[in-house]
Amino acid sequence: MTVNLRGLRNGIAAATALTLTTALPTFAETTITAVMHSGLRVLDPVLTTAHITRDNAFMVFDTLVAMDADFVVQPQMASFEISDDQLTYTFTLRDGLKWHDGGEVTPADCIASIKRWMQRDSGGQMIADRMASLEPTGDKSFALTLTEPFSYTLDAMGKPSGLALFMMPERLASLPADEPIPEMIGSGPFKFVQDEFQPGVKVVYEKFDDYVPAEGPQSAAAGAKVVKVDRVEWVTMPDAQTSLNALMNGEIDYLEAVPVDLLPLLEGMPGVQTAVLSPLGSVSIGRMNFLYPPFDNPKIRQAAKLALSQENVLTALIGNPDYFKVCGAIFGCGTPLEFDDGSESLTSGGDIEAAKALLEEAGYDGTPVVLMQPTDVVTLTAQPVVAAQALREAGFNVDMQPMDWQTLVTRRASQAPPAEGGWNLFFTNWIVPEVSNPLGNIMLPGRGDDAWFGWPTDPEINTLLDDFASASALDDQKGIAQKIQAHVMENVNYIHLGQYFSPSAWSDTLTGVEEAPFPIFWGVEKQG
Amino acid sequence: MPTYLIRRILASIPVMLVVAVFVFLLLRLTPGDPAAVIAGDMATPEQLEKIRTTLGLNDPLLVQFFNWIVNLLRGDFGISLISNQPVIDLVTDRMWPTIWIALITITLSVVVAVPMGVLAAWKHRSWIDHVVMTFSVLGFSIPVFVIGYLLIKLFALDLGILPVQGYLAPSQNLSGFAVRAILPSLTLSSIYIALIARMTRASLLDVLGEDYVRTARAKGLAERRVLFRHALRNAAVPVMTVIGTGFALLISGVVVTESVFNIPGLGRLTVDSIFARDYPVIQALILLTSGVYVLINLLIDLSYSLLDPRIRY
Repeated sequence: MTVNLRGLRNGIAAATALTLTTALPTFAETTITAVMHSGLRVLDPVLTTAHITRDNAFMVFDTLVAMDADFVVQPQMASFEISDDQLTYTFTLRDGLKWHDGGEVTPADCIASIKRWMQRDSGGQMIADRMASLEPTGDKSFALTLTEPFSYTLDAMGKPSGLALFMMPERLASLPADEPIPEMIGSGPFKFVQDEFQPGVKVVYEKFDDYVPAEGPQSAAAGAKVVKVDRVEWVTMPDAQTSLNALMNGEIDYLEAVPVDLLPLLEGMPGVQTAVLSPLGSVSIGRMNFLYPPFDNPKIRQAAKLALSQENVLTALIGNPDYFKVCGAIFGCGTPLEFDDGSESLTSGGDIEAAKALLEEAGYDGTPVVLMQPTDVVTLTAQPVVAAQALREAGFNVDMQPMDWQTLVTRRASQAPPAEGGWNLFFTNWIVPEVSNPLGNIMLPGRGDDAWFGWPTDPEINTLLDDFASASALDDQKGIAQKIQAHVMENVNYIHLGQYFSPSAWSDTLTGVEEAPFPIFWGVEKQG
Repeated sequence: MPTYLIRRILASIPVMLVVAVFVFLLLRLTPGDPAAVIAGDMATPEQLEKIRTTLGLNDPLLVQFFNWIVNLLRGDFGISLISNQPVIDLVTDRMWPTIWIALITITLSVVVAVPMGVLAAWKHRSWIDHVVMTFSVLGFSIPVFVIGYLLIKLFALDLGILPVQGYLAPSQNLSGFAVRAILPSLTLSSIYIALIARMTRASLLDVLGEDYVRTARAKGLAERRVLFRHALRNAAVPVMTVIGTGFALLISGVVVTESVFNIPGLGRLTVDSIFARDYPVIQALILLTSGVYVLINLLIDLSYSLLDPRIRY
């Protein structure tokens, strides 16, 4: 008996193609299948700062105002006017805004959304602290009145990260901020398909036919959101190699985050495009515990900073220098507040000898540095290892303790002494828009127990932040930002370890894939 | 038999209760905070505290345990702390892919492995035996993800005849389900074929040396009848045990295979829930796994009496 292998192969391929085709929903003319950086589990964008929740919210909800690619806040659902005394912001909703359940968007919905957001977002809380009133002024308008000018107001309301401000129907926005919203009804360009949602597995969106795009060209989160496909499906793939294989085999269209070490498999492959779509990228930082020795001593913090080299850390973390940038600016390179004062040692390979000398001068007594090392987050495993080696070379006694990320986030909230379940040092990453504005950068405030983990008490930086909040002219803000940069480097509020970029990949069948601080599916077209 | 059955079912109640207490305490004693998972990096201690209170995590442990057990007795497994979805829905959605893949895998494994084992035992020390044993060692030694990637490379990327990944429910699209189930089932079968073939061979070799087999042959029975009627049936008890526990293992989660082939099964749900410290989901999954083990062990025990008339309950 002879077997015609070619015929067999063609037969199976045809049958497979048929089943793959028939598996598609019959009503979907064009569907983009995308693999995102993680699975969506928490839906409420006021409850969490998780990026995947924010990304989902940008699909389903719309924003009152939005930041464009040049960091300028533009009208989105509403135009705005600022009174001459800088105290009153009047927002006027544009015509035709509807919720996905058919209701009209009203000022009451927006006011409730803003108030709920103010309970959770640090920028929102700053506005709330200065708020005299937030009231409707007409069928389509409402006004926010402040007790004093606060130039960060629009930036906070239009920022794309941290907790972005999304508009929700009043019945959802009236819920307490720590209680999750029970349904995903927004007024954004896509409708959330509840019946097909599988937490951590799959999210499905359908085009919202009644969506009326804003005017102006698409620019980051701002401008017209014109949807050009019928459906978008986000599929979670825990294995990076599988998602690459699926893209190469034409089973998915878009891969948000390609590990840099796997990128050569895709580069130059016909039918696949790769690029960095979020040009600002992310920053890696090290945070010390200010409450306990040895890092309660500023000279010892300085010595630790001197020992570290951004290039060494980023090489271990990313490898390919095309995808990282040695950058001394704590507000990020490529941002309006880019200054690099005080970062020389970090950006020029570290200075172990100077670190040794300073450590001796500071009288370091060998107190162990409890360094928490997360072992289950790919983007955080390298930093502790490189840092531990550099610190040991400088003379620190490092006790590196491996643990999973969940254990780390629980332990870092502990103010117990390091030997009794506390800690001295950990590393984490932020996307640049989360640290690019001094008032949005959560690591800066030095309010002791009320500060972010590490709990620095730093009146000087608090004054600088207050000055920044009061300044309205960009030049004044830049001057203060430069002082904050120098102070952070001098006082070592945290160690800035440089910038890195995550490439994305997508099929040639997609056109209109644009740069933005988060993945954008409006404006994207799919051929074939 | 009915008395035995009732006795075994009653005996499983304290087992499940001990598992429930153990799991509950273990999870609460493990470091980790679901509120921190929900709130993200920027949350203040005050915000975390509010979320913990809303989730009921600040209640005394005894109160939490009592509420959980009472709801469990009502058939209510609770709500996921992370996704805010009913746990029963999450588990049910993820159970079917795992069950289907497990059924196909175990069926394929038995169909291939038992004849392989019989053949190897029958042709003991021949080249057939050596081939079967080599395959068995390889199947056991090569990690499943390596086999998975190799199958993907060959059948999906090079030949283009099967999809790389994914899962479709049979009710949604039967042929779509079938083409997506082939590679994960083949991958998982490699271990179970190796295990069952080896066990069948070893067990059969023991039996083939028994006096009653020699007697059967001396009576002039055909070799096939000796092998299948007399020897295999007597060798089946340990093989059945391996098949049963293998099936339980498959149900309780094959997270690597599920990840490599992107199957939304129980294994991935378990790992994701553990990483997120989603207590109600982890508790439900461990109880489910324990229940599956209790049930399958009972079925294995019952099957012994069918295979060996000397065993009576």
